[in-house]
Amino acid sequence: MAEVETASTQYTAANNAEPIVKYLDVHKSFGDVEVLKGINLEIKPAEKVAVIGPSGSGKTTIIRMLMTLEKPTSGKIIVDGNYLWHMEKDGKLVPANEKHLREVRGDIGMVFQHFNLFPHMTILENCMTAPIHVKKEDKQTAKQRSIEMLEKVGLGDKIDNYPSQLSGGQKQRVAMARALVMRPKVMLFDEVTSALDPELVGEVLEVIRDIAKEGEMAMVLVTHEMDFALDIADRVLFLDKGVIAEQGPPSEVIENPKNERLQNFLHRFRS
Amino acid sequence: MSNWDWEVFFDAFPMIIQGLGITVGLTIACYIFALIFGFFWTVADRIPIKPIHWVIRWIMEFIRSTPPLVQLFFIFYAWPVVPYVGVALDPFTSAVIGLGLHYSTYISEVYRSGIEGVAPGQWEASTALNLSTKQKWMKVILPQAIPPTIPMLGNYLIIMFKEVPLASTIGVVGILHLANDYGAQYWRYLEPLTIVAILFLVLSYPSAILINKLEKKMNQRFNKKDVLEETKGAAI
Ligand SMILES: Nc1ncnc2c1ncn2[C@@H]1O[C@H](COP(=O)(O)OP(=O)(O)OP(=O)(O)O)[C@@H](O)[C@H]1O
Ligand SMILES: [Mg+2]
Repeated sequence: MAEVETASTQYTAANNAEPIVKYLDVHKSFGDVEVLKGINLEIKPAEKVAVIGPSGSGKTTIIRMLMTLEKPTSGKIIVDGNYLWHMEKDGKLVPANEKHLREVRGDIGMVFQHFNLFPHMTILENCMTAPIHVKKEDKQTAKQRSIEMLEKVGLGDKIDNYPSQLSGGQKQRVAMARALVMRPKVMLFDEVTSALDPELVGEVLEVIRDIAKEGEMAMVLVTHEMDFALDIADRVLFLDKGVIAEQGPPSEVIENPKNERLQNFLHRFRS
Repeated sequence: MSNWDWEVFFDAFPMIIQGLGITVGLTIACYIFALIFGFFWTVADRIPIKPIHWVIRWIMEFIRSTPPLVQLFFIFYAWPVVPYVGVALDPFTSAVIGLGLHYSTYISEVYRSGIEGVAPGQWEASTALNLSTKQKWMKVILPQAIPPTIPMLGNYLIIMFKEVPLASTIGVVGILHLANDYGAQYWRYLEPLTIVAILFLVLSYPSAILINKLEKKMNQRFNKKDVLEETKGAAI
């Protein structure tokens, strides 16, 4: 590789790597209603993918299946070379059990729209619990790493506070620190700013931007912040009625959309 | 019946108070039985197999809608003559099983409300952090589910205390039973029964105050604001 490493050469390099996540013809129904109608998707390591689309198009469902919060009705999801919802038994693929899910989902982390912090724990305990009990780190290491992570999201002075004592933006930054200390290979963000007061959105986006710049982690962001998507995403997916209706670099998808429904969708945002 | 007689009062008092140990002991035994069995119902009810769920629900509903007195009589008088499975039980044991079982179904609802009171997002965040099932319960769900149930559980202790005199009907010699014996023997009921009423009041009133305090404390510690926020659908 040449010594001058531009953003675009990095992107190409990432493109040649084995995908960290693959969706193979994934369908999802709730009752009789099919909300995802055959999703095929590959996410490269370190790739930043923004998912946009109208309400009810299935954006949340796509990433919840990857976090194992929702089980696909059919199709396969592969994480870092392993089936997520299936495992091999006597040479056959059978539905995964909890033990298998635990092994594979360790690569995935998620930040929720409504934060979901643990209200009975301090900010520091919120971050430390999983490294200690899931990764079996010793307490001192976990504590130190958690403090560093909280400092990184600008909350080093709040570590002994409880979630109820924080603003929405601060809560969401804690939620990010909590997910980041687990060092996931893929981090999922589900409209993480949409429950926030407008004046608090900026601080959260700023942290996400910082994380994205660091690079090595793949990120999937469901978002309504088009400018933000344009800025940090390598690729934008437009989800419509349960299918990926258009995808590509943000410069094409957001600035030069071909799909008519995407044009309308973006038009509504611009106005 | 004649008027109030302090002599009778002081004569009956030492005799009746001898039954206090049994009354309090039976309350505690029934309560512990109910706490443990309530846990059993709650766990059984969570088994994600529909028919089991229905059967458990039906049994609980059955136990709850039959009067405790009928259940006591059944266990004490009828159970011993049931073929194969029937056993004769002493009055105390019968009362523990009868009242304990009856109230276990209510205690189970308290547990359930505690667990269901924890926001679904807490489960999801625990999964996202890859906690094991046991860790989810121990670190995240139970620490949030238990505190709000403690005042309710305390209330059931007082209710249990007030139900325990029912056991007198199958011959458990608590304070009511002794007062009744005294009345039958000397044909004086006013003083002995007043003593019983006073004893119940003296024990349950302070307990009620204590539980009230506990409830306030739990609300503070658990931060009512959080709970309210959550029920409004806002985020933590
Ligand atoms: N647990 C569920 N049970 C039944 N239907 C569901 C469930 N979760 C989602 N749905 C339905 O599936 C469809 C897709 O939902 P999803 O939350 O993925 O949409 P979305 O694109 O994230 O929408 P929004 O922008 O409003 O968040 C919707 O019609 C929704 O009502
Ligand atoms: Mg959504």
